[in-house]
Amino acid sequence: MSMLHIVNKSPFERNAVASCLSHASEGDAVLLIEDAVIGAVAGSQAATLLTSALTTKAIYVLGEDLAARGIEQSRLAQGLQVVDYSGFVDLTVQHDKTQSWL
Amino acid sequence: MATKKFMYVNRKAPYGTVYALESLEVVLIAAAFEQEVTLAFVDDGVYQIIKDQKPKAIGMKNFSPTYKALGDYDIKQLYVERESLEERGLTEDDLMELTYEDEDDDWAEKSSLSIISRAEMAELMAAQDVTFSF
Repeated sequence: MSMLHIVNKSPFERNAVASCLSHASEGDAVLLIEDAVIGAVAGSQAATLLTSALTTKAIYVLGEDLAARGIEQSRLAQGLQVVDYSGFVDLTVQHDKTQSWL
Repeated sequence: MATKKFMYVNRKAPYGTVYALESLEVVLIAAAFEQEVTLAFVDDGVYQIIKDQKPKAIGMKNFSPTYKALGDYDIKQLYVERESLEERGLTEDDLMELTYEDEDDDWAEKSSLSIISRAEMAELMAAQDVTFSF
């Protein structure tokens, strides 16, 4: 029974990403959308938090929200996976449950 | 009707945004459908159930007494995260007394609040069928 956690707030503005990572279980997936995607840039403080979570969780970033913010996919921290809107739908199907972190 | 486990995750302080009040409204609606309802208070959400809220001077209605009515709606599983309290310099003594009457125990008044660790909260979240976030 795995869960897809969806976060939409910048980790520099709110603690949603940090709180999500500390409550997500092993085998869960985390999807960063909207302003949360800015935490995925390699070298950012939030990226350190995200990459250290990769040992137990999969982390995805919504490509459309990256592109909207002018962030090239090559700028992302190692190990984070980019999905498009249809991949977003697939993730919700692959996991039994979803939880949003506002 | 099959019973599912519903969790309402509260992560925002009251009054600054409408999340806390909206969550409470939705919880009360859900209570009418006889599902297994659990409330979680995490991060700034712990401020929703603090004692002695006096928002009158900021022109807001004090909706905190409504939490005391949850027991009457058979909502008696309120979980507060210990680390969230500690990070904010709060203890269990800062929280309202929230109780329900146990019909299986001669209507004895019992506490609805459980203080649990972050790890226990993560397990509880994983055990739900449906999660609503506020």
